[in-house]
Amino acid sequence: MTILHTIRPLESAGPDEPTDPPRPRRGPRRIRVFTAEDWWSLVGALASSFALVMVGYEHILDFSGLLGFLLCWYLVFLLVYGTLVSISNPRPLVVERLVAATLYVAATVVIGALGTTVVYTFVKGWSAVAHLNFFTHDMAGVSPLSPLNQGGILQAIVGTVIEVGIAMAVSVPLGIGTAVYMTEVKGRGSQLVRTVVESMTALPEILAGLFVYIVLIVEFGFPKSGVAVSAAMAVTMIPIIARAGEVALRVVPGGLREASSALGATHWKTVSKVVLPSARAGLATATILAVARGIGETAIPLIASGASSFLTFNPTGEPMNSLPLFIYTAYTTHEPLAITRGFGAAAVLLTMVLVLFVVMRLVLRDRSARR
Amino acid sequence: MSTVEYTRPQAVPSLERLPRKLAPGHQPSDRIFHGAATTIGMFVLFITGSIGIFLGYQSIPTLRHYGLRFFTETNWQPELDKIGIAAVLVGTVEVALVAMVVSFPLAFMMALFITDYAPKRIKSWLVSAIDLMAAVPSIIYGLWGFFLLQPHAINVARWLSQYLGWVPIFKVDTDPNAAVWQQSRYTSSAFIAGLAVSMMAIPLACAVMRAVFDQAPLGEREAAMALGGTRFGVARTVVFPFAKGGIIGGTMLSLGRALGETAAVLIIISPEYVIKPRILEAGTQTTSALIAGNFGDATKSQLSALLTAGFVLFLITLAVNSVAAVVIRRSRSGAGTDI
Amino acid sequence: MIRGITVRSPRERKPARHAAGSVAGRPRVDSQPGWTGPARLDAVEISAWFGKTKVLEDVTLSVPPATVTALIGPSGCGKSTFLRILNRMHESVEGAQLAGEVLLNGQDIYAAGHRLTEARKQIGMVFQKPNPFPAMSIADNVTAGLSLTSTKVGKTERQELVEHCLSRAGLWNEVKDRLNRPGSALSGGQQQRLCIARALAVEPKVLLMDEPCSALDPTSTRRIEETIAELGSQVTIVIVTHNMQQAARVSQQAAFFLAEQGAPGGIVEQGLTTDLFEHPVDPRTADYVNGRFG
Repeated sequence: MTILHTIRPLESAGPDEPTDPPRPRRGPRRIRVFTAEDWWSLVGALASSFALVMVGYEHILDFSGLLGFLLCWYLVFLLVYGTLVSISNPRPLVVERLVAATLYVAATVVIGALGTTVVYTFVKGWSAVAHLNFFTHDMAGVSPLSPLNQGGILQAIVGTVIEVGIAMAVSVPLGIGTAVYMTEVKGRGSQLVRTVVESMTALPEILAGLFVYIVLIVEFGFPKSGVAVSAAMAVTMIPIIARAGEVALRVVPGGLREASSALGATHWKTVSKVVLPSARAGLATATILAVARGIGETAIPLIASGASSFLTFNPTGEPMNSLPLFIYTAYTTHEPLAITRGFGAAAVLLTMVLVLFVVMRLVLRDRSARR
Repeated sequence: MSTVEYTRPQAVPSLERLPRKLAPGHQPSDRIFHGAATTIGMFVLFITGSIGIFLGYQSIPTLRHYGLRFFTETNWQPELDKIGIAAVLVGTVEVALVAMVVSFPLAFMMALFITDYAPKRIKSWLVSAIDLMAAVPSIIYGLWGFFLLQPHAINVARWLSQYLGWVPIFKVDTDPNAAVWQQSRYTSSAFIAGLAVSMMAIPLACAVMRAVFDQAPLGEREAAMALGGTRFGVARTVVFPFAKGGIIGGTMLSLGRALGETAAVLIIISPEYVIKPRILEAGTQTTSALIAGNFGDATKSQLSALLTAGFVLFLITLAVNSVAAVVIRRSRSGAGTDI
Repeated sequence: MIRGITVRSPRERKPARHAAGSVAGRPRVDSQPGWTGPARLDAVEISAWFGKTKVLEDVTLSVPPATVTALIGPSGCGKSTFLRILNRMHESVEGAQLAGEVLLNGQDIYAAGHRLTEARKQIGMVFQKPNPFPAMSIADNVTAGLSLTSTKVGKTERQELVEHCLSRAGLWNEVKDRLNRPGSALSGGQQQRLCIARALAVEPKVLLMDEPCSALDPTSTRRIEETIAELGSQVTIVIVTHNMQQAARVSQQAAFFLAEQGAPGGIVEQGLTTDLFEHPVDPRTADYVNGRFG
């Protein structure tokens, strides 16, 4: 496509030059990288590959199942699209288009997996959640086979909240304190602490639970209880908070600390009034991440506590149920009504995680808006 | 007019100039602060360190009792005093490897998509979606895997055993070509469990990879663009060589997570204590599922055995994570990343 | 007369107020399709925005083929932005927009039918900070553009191309025995010449240079200026520089950019370099070339 324009010759402003009338101001132009022809190639390839696979899938190739269909569609689409694009484009562009298509497919798969997980949980649990007694009663005296308008998971909700609350009360100070020790005090043992803490983030949660079970429950005769669960949870949460907290504190600019010292503040005042507030957002996200981890742990309550059906506010002395544990025990019954209750509990658990998550995003946005 | 006399102070020649010792001069409040912080640090060190030592210490009686047979015996029959983790370790590795094979390409492509291909408006949403994916409890993925994914995945498994059954890992001990094929032989397999575990591996690997992709130097990117490179051309010329360390490190971190995964595996598999490479077939066992399933009726010595199995798992996970950390830190991409 | 200037004129220039290039009325040989030599570049009424902020206002500039044009002016007045518009690098920045046209041999490179990667291949760029690819050897760096655009070359052809480009960039003698060493293992000046060689390997019609010597020492600067002078007859070059002496040394024509406080930048005066420095028309140009600001 040749566009010939009249080109204004290079002019230096001078008296013998013709002056053009002032042109109207132009706004920004829309630059199209993906042309109309490109769109038609894409749509055409999608449609034709879909049609081809529809015809060939069941009858010619005798495959079965949705996943296989999608996979075949994708492969045929790549072939058709690649051929179409290569008609009028050089090779690097064909590769680029195919790669872009594949990446879009991969992103759809990942987001789709996440989306179906969330949606499926809420859909399957809906019939249980729709009853108010689900949130206000516990399962005491109610058999797992009874209809959904009886019984509820209040004991599990309360249990989760109490257990995570105690774990947080212990692990947040200890975790942040360790982070402060590693970054601010920098004692001789801090490298050792850092190494050990980092290794402990690799500890599978079930081993934390097993440790608590063997040491506290079997050796010392503690009962299986909410406190035991909290202890094991704290063991997994502290390294997370300590490590993420250390990063958050390290990122605080050294200039702030120096300015505070130059004003004559003690180290403690510098840390408490300057460093910690600056790192507030990072520390908050570290805590939220740890809490999200703690809420969802199943293996720990399984080992360190029991699936009680009674509502209790007492974390010591008796088994305390929690949401993940309730879900697991519901699943093991293999009874449809119990499983629906399990999905209802899963929906509640997922909502808690989502709320935590939104809080974290708000905290982060607050920090970036501040900057 | 007065003249100003200036006599230069004479240095005493025989006195050497050494650095002065300065007293830190900490305030009492600072001494308390340092003491408290150190106490906390040491306490946490003690607690976390003692777990590791405890796990190791508890393994001694087990190893003394069973010896090296502990690593070669496949059965787990406590009542016959025949226990060993051979089959369990193999199962753990199988599930983790399936998860890696599925999650590595998806995490990699997702990371590349987010950094270079996604429309700018949805980029932050995608990042949040990945973080949310990491926060979803594993038991929910277990439920999803068992109830929603499994019915579809067994069709894929059947196809694999039908057409690729000559490869040993894809064989299943039933006839895939039968008109009415035995669905139950394809459920509860390492394959399905691996798929569920990959949902937890993907966000971890993707987050690390995305962080390093973002850090690829802008100058080199622009140079590649100015030479006429496409987005993918820029990626393979500049971003991938730069991000090598982060890619490997992120994958290993997610492998570490996959090895220790409990809840999803518990829900999906049916325990079978046999060393089998056939991942599509029903029945397998992993270390964490072993512990979760057997701790209830375990005697003291059996508890020790479970602990030993757990200790082995911990050592493997620790090794994987440490290598990952070293790879990331040493690489060009990891220098600025805080993993 | 600014001391130390040698104005290099590889072509005969008519001392007219019009710069070289406009032969009255007759069609130009280099606007015929198929012309593969150095191209002419015309920017027509370019305006540019970053988000809502307008940074360039109605810039029009004609660059005749096989010449060296310098864009001079104080920092922050849009010279680099304008340069990046010329090879479609401007739009890679989030929120960047532009108006106007850039015509390469008469064709608008921003038109819908013209591929982005094609435009960038034909209009090469050398950046302020040398950016060789550290993961590649020197030889591979030179041919990186070919691999990026999937241009196939045979093995002997490749070796000849590497030698040819490195020679044109003035680097061949220094690296000919270590072509397999990594591209980052060179000094700053050598790295920049490597980047020039890399840009030349894809045979661009125009070469843009964004303050190529500002990060280098005087010796390297002089080497690169010699390179620019030699290349000037083979490739059309547009160079941004805030070093006026350099502009006087290497270019045949120049454009003076200025941005008033809070206003978008634009060209105040353009013409032959000698005219701009010796007989500037606008008082602001006179102030700048005489060092009274900038």
